[in-house]
Amino acid sequence: MSEKSNKLKIFINGFLRENPLLVLNIGLCSSLGVTTSIFNGIGMGVGMTFVLVMSEIVISIFRKLIPSAIRLPVFITVIAAFTTIVQLVLNAYVESLYNALGVFIPLIVVNCIIMGRVEAFASKNKLGDSILDGLGMGIGYTIVLVGISLIRELLGGGTLFAGTAFKIEVLPEAFRIGIFNSAPGGFLVFGILAACLQAWKQYQANKENQKSIEGGAQ
Amino acid sequence: METIKLFIKSALIDNVVFIQYLAICPFIGMTNDTEKATGMGLATTFVIMLATAVTWPLYKLVMVPLGLEFLQTLFFILVIASLVQLVEFFLKKMSPGLYNAMGVYLALITTNCAVLGITINCISKNYNYVQSLVYAFGSAMGFLISMVIMSGVRSRVKTANVPKAFAGTPILYICASLLSLAFLGFKGLIK
Repeated sequence: MSEKSNKLKIFINGFLRENPLLVLNIGLCSSLGVTTSIFNGIGMGVGMTFVLVMSEIVISIFRKLIPSAIRLPVFITVIAAFTTIVQLVLNAYVESLYNALGVFIPLIVVNCIIMGRVEAFASKNKLGDSILDGLGMGIGYTIVLVGISLIRELLGGGTLFAGTAFKIEVLPEAFRIGIFNSAPGGFLVFGILAACLQAWKQYQANKENQKSIEGGAQ
Repeated sequence: METIKLFIKSALIDNVVFIQYLAICPFIGMTNDTEKATGMGLATTFVIMLATAVTWPLYKLVMVPLGLEFLQTLFFILVIASLVQLVEFFLKKMSPGLYNAMGVYLALITTNCAVLGITINCISKNYNYVQSLVYAFGSAMGFLISMVIMSGVRSRVKTANVPKAFAGTPILYICASLLSLAFLGFKGLIK
């Protein structure tokens, strides 16, 4: 495989095939806790991507200097520093988002996605690849977050883009399903999305099987 | 009376997993058999109690007087990580049996959102020291309950005839959703 397509593969991997949330099942708490509106979902996704990319950059640069015995505390300190930056910036400039996300902003520190990617990828790979990996994973995370929050906001709150200037009322009061806005709805939507992705993967695998069988027959 | 109310509220009404969405990773990842789930729940309970007992005084007695509240996240996670490490060393030396039973879970608990989440909640909800400990214990019990329930549900799911697309993890979220619906029923328990 050529150098270029390899780089592209690192970047694309996080979108669907190795999606951190739907496939690897890590970093779930924030994805369910904040996705009651699209605005929150995007905010969380951007914050998370920032922390992920910055941590991967720092760890990747210093990967040869960090003794492996104390690498985990070092990783945690770096991640916590960037999380604190996100927390302070949100508190200063986007207070409504800061209040809506609440405890889930500091919880970015213990998000398994960041720890997992830093440990599995950034501590072993070059700077450029690490940035691509961080961006890919971050975008994959954000896509899922926006997907979940789109469904939940639409069905639960009856609006789109609430909290921004583009708020649209879609469903009248009587057609809203309150359960999607509360705790069970998050699990339900997430489960159905994960099932959709699994069905798509099975379909792809089936098609490939079919092809190889046909190829064998000829 | 207030104490009991707080305990029930944190264990059932505001259940950590089903209502607050904390600690979902171990909830999905570690519940494939009841024994493991109970072990994880107990180890987490222990760490949550210890972490709350340490971080509350640290925040109120050290960080507030020095004006370091903005470093809360950094301090707390470092305290939790080193506490877990300390407990691991201690158990290894003092009681190898318990270490063998709990050791595997301890490393994972550092990145368990429930621990950091509960310690931060204690501060943001302005609880005093006793209330914080009760809240922490209640939440930890809530976590233990949810782990045990889920492991029971999973043993049934294993033999059930699940649609192909839902096989594996997706069906677990549907189960969690139904359990969460059940836990919403506790809402009216305390006025």
